[in-house]
Amino acid sequence: MPISSAAARLTKRPGSRWLTFSGIIALIVVFPVAGLLMEALKGSAGLWAHLFSTTLPVALVDTVILLLGVGVVTAVLGTTTAWMVTAYEFPGRRVLEWALLLPLAVPTYIIAYAYLDILHPIGSVQGAIRWMLGYDSPRQFRLPDVRSMTGCILLLGFVLYPYVYIPTRAMFLTQSGNLIDAARTLGISRRAVFWRIALPLARPAVAVGISLALMETLNDVGAAEFLGVRTMTVSIYTTWITRSDLPGASQIALALLLVVVALVALERWARRKQRYATDARRSRGMALQQVSAWKGMLLLFSGLIPVLLGFGAPALYLTTEAWKRYQFAGISPRILDEAVNTIAIATAATVVTIGLGLVVAYATRVRPGPKSSWLLRFATMGYAAPGTVVAIGVLIVLAGLDRFIDRTAIAWLGVSTGLLFIGSGAAVVYALTVRFLAISAGGIEAGLSRIPGSLDHASRSLGQSRAGTFLHVHLPLSRAAISAAALLVFVDCVKELPATLLLRPLNVETFATHLYGEAARGTYEEASIAALAIVAISILPVILLSQVGRSRAVAPSPIGSLQ
Amino acid sequence: MKTKSREPALRLQNICRSFGTTAAVHDISLDIQKGEVVSLVGHSGCGKSTLLRIIAGVEMAETGQVFLAGREVNGPNTFVEPEARSVGFVFQDYALFPHLTVRENILFGLKRQPKSEVGARTTDVIERVGIEHLVERYPHTLSGGEQQRVALARALAPRPSIVLMDEPFSNLDQGLREKVRRDTLSLLKSLDTTVIMVTHDPQEALSTGDRVVLMRSGEIVQAGSPYDLHDRPSSTYAADFFCAFNKVPGVYNDGRIDTAIGSFPRQLDLEPKSAATLYIRPQAIALSLDHGDLFATVEERIFHGEVEQILLKVKGLDVPLKVRTMERLPDGIDAVRVSIRSDRILIF
Repeated sequence: MPISSAAARLTKRPGSRWLTFSGIIALIVVFPVAGLLMEALKGSAGLWAHLFSTTLPVALVDTVILLLGVGVVTAVLGTTTAWMVTAYEFPGRRVLEWALLLPLAVPTYIIAYAYLDILHPIGSVQGAIRWMLGYDSPRQFRLPDVRSMTGCILLLGFVLYPYVYIPTRAMFLTQSGNLIDAARTLGISRRAVFWRIALPLARPAVAVGISLALMETLNDVGAAEFLGVRTMTVSIYTTWITRSDLPGASQIALALLLVVVALVALERWARRKQRYATDARRSRGMALQQVSAWKGMLLLFSGLIPVLLGFGAPALYLTTEAWKRYQFAGISPRILDEAVNTIAIATAATVVTIGLGLVVAYATRVRPGPKSSWLLRFATMGYAAPGTVVAIGVLIVLAGLDRFIDRTAIAWLGVSTGLLFIGSGAAVVYALTVRFLAISAGGIEAGLSRIPGSLDHASRSLGQSRAGTFLHVHLPLSRAAISAAALLVFVDCVKELPATLLLRPLNVETFATHLYGEAARGTYEEASIAALAIVAISILPVILLSQVGRSRAVAPSPIGSLQ
Repeated sequence: MKTKSREPALRLQNICRSFGTTAAVHDISLDIQKGEVVSLVGHSGCGKSTLLRIIAGVEMAETGQVFLAGREVNGPNTFVEPEARSVGFVFQDYALFPHLTVRENILFGLKRQPKSEVGARTTDVIERVGIEHLVERYPHTLSGGEQQRVALARALAPRPSIVLMDEPFSNLDQGLREKVRRDTLSLLKSLDTTVIMVTHDPQEALSTGDRVVLMRSGEIVQAGSPYDLHDRPSSTYAADFFCAFNKVPGVYNDGRIDTAIGSFPRQLDLEPKSAATLYIRPQAIALSLDHGDLFATVEERIFHGEVEQILLKVKGLDVPLKVRTMERLPDGIDAVRVSIRSDRILIF
């Protein structure tokens, strides 16, 4: 008879075990930040002064300019394209609607890598322009150098604008319909509606989108470095790699973390009125306006510009370069080796991240309340932290742990374990987990929240335990959400550069680190194949995203669609 | 076994449960005998659903004890998880598992039964509830009435010692509800099942329960037979809950109550000159054109079909008198005479 009669048991409320697990996971995520703090404080006060007088001012100014620039570019591109595909009907609109997502598949360091070569002064594009203008030497005419702040802002903007496009379009689709109709009956022209109704309503969505784009910007280490922009992220990397100065790197990382916190605060502030705008139950999209043929063409072509610049051109470039390389040398064992490494690391990190995400998300269900939701918040805060920051934190924690284990092993067993975690790639998996746990836990929690709580109670009263309910009810019903989360995490792990770069074991290369290595050296050998592979894998979530948008158009029924 | 048969199917002793600072359930004690159908009724937020969830074990009582057939399942040192309580639960939204067919939904609760009995048990419950034609379908393809029957079959399949129902008929259309309710109750009665049904609908509570328990702010206001609660409410709250009374203020004076609409003889244990209120049912007032002691003017007539509700202006009363009658007044009648059945009047 499963009567639990121990009094000790009663002091815990049901589901306490899940809460404990959730707490441990939150601790695992918080550890690197704590390590970072301690390491930064370890650096002497003189070091801080040194930092403030040398690296930091330049890095801070560059970072802020870059953030402002990327913010403006993504906001403009994201909102105008979102408005185009939701307000007007023109031939090709449906294609454009999902094609605008494609630049998401191009990581920042890859677009920078591609355009460095595409726009090289003696490359084919500039050559063609000179030929058209009748010049024959780069001395007579050349485009402004892409290796500049402006170049960096534009390139990042063209791959990051989908972060604004996606939520803004969703907002336009679901929220504005009735209000826009009301505004028009009150005598406001269709054009004025954008400024007076649609945009103010979409402001929270735009804010969310921009903040995501800016977090990606802060995370970027490749593009900025290739294009000669000395951001804080780049400074952390060089401080550690070239000067082996861990306290210095931690201090910049800490400063960067403050920038992130400011960013998050700004985003919260910008959407403080979101509650006003989310009565989505009875809303519907606004009617599409038919436009004349030539205006339709104009809309289509202007809408295709960001797609071509952010995806078309680099993809075409990478494909031809990869093809040329393949013709020339075939697929080298080195690339195959990197493929295995990339997939192994991404798979391990995905399995760990999804496993931990399930626990954290499920804890909020079996034990709803402020405790579990705070733990969820802590466990998922890694997403806002740039990869370099997480990597430095993980480095500090695991190096300490490695030293401890090594010393203990020598003292007790007389053998040295060496660098157990750092050397084995566990550090990379740890950092990736910290960074992407938000995607996993968030996605799973969203999936779970669509399952009515009465199903839990029904299952319990029909004889299933808490774990059995999870296995027989929650897992089958949230399978779609879990697989989607797993796919997103996997692809993000494949794309991830900074943490992998800093933490991979010696001589282990992934696609991303290979590309970085070649671009940093200025060689253009097999990197195009690696880059193409990353872009091809990154297209998977884009397909998933475009389908999410589509199924929403076909009135969703919460239970029916779970089938 | 002998002692067990004398035990109530369910015993609640001093159950308390609060959320934050508000007490959802406060010091509730109740015994329910085997085979009894009890309706738990009250406005939303009165704690009736919380009480049901405490009995099922999906919610915990902070203090107090719950006994199911004599076995303590919730107490200071005991908590039996819901899966080990043998309690059937029918939910307001039916809570059918959307990824399982009707048959799989019913089988869900039979995991612990011997394999040999499962088939027979499933067929039996499917036949009794009358859902043979639905077994291979998925819940979202069923109508509300069909879903309700599947939910009932699923709850009954593991032979629970008690069936708990949380507003089981509220999601059904008015026309269907009556029939489904009758069918469900006759099935439960024929199986001699102990049932607790939560409802917010006074009529439903009166027509389904062998016993009605009225709750308010986490406490029991009155428990008793449906006739007790309707005809002999012990408080103004219980009276108002089941009937829209006319309330006429009066003064008690030595064996009678004087009001604006007359004096009514009644022996009360009250000081002379103390205030008393007459509670008069709208159906207990008769209208006539030529006899009755009280004169009134018709203020408003609302025709409901079977009955008509008439509001009467009576001299000396601030609020019009509400009358429900099956008699028909001629059109255009303005002045009527009123007589009140004094034996049906309640006084508080």
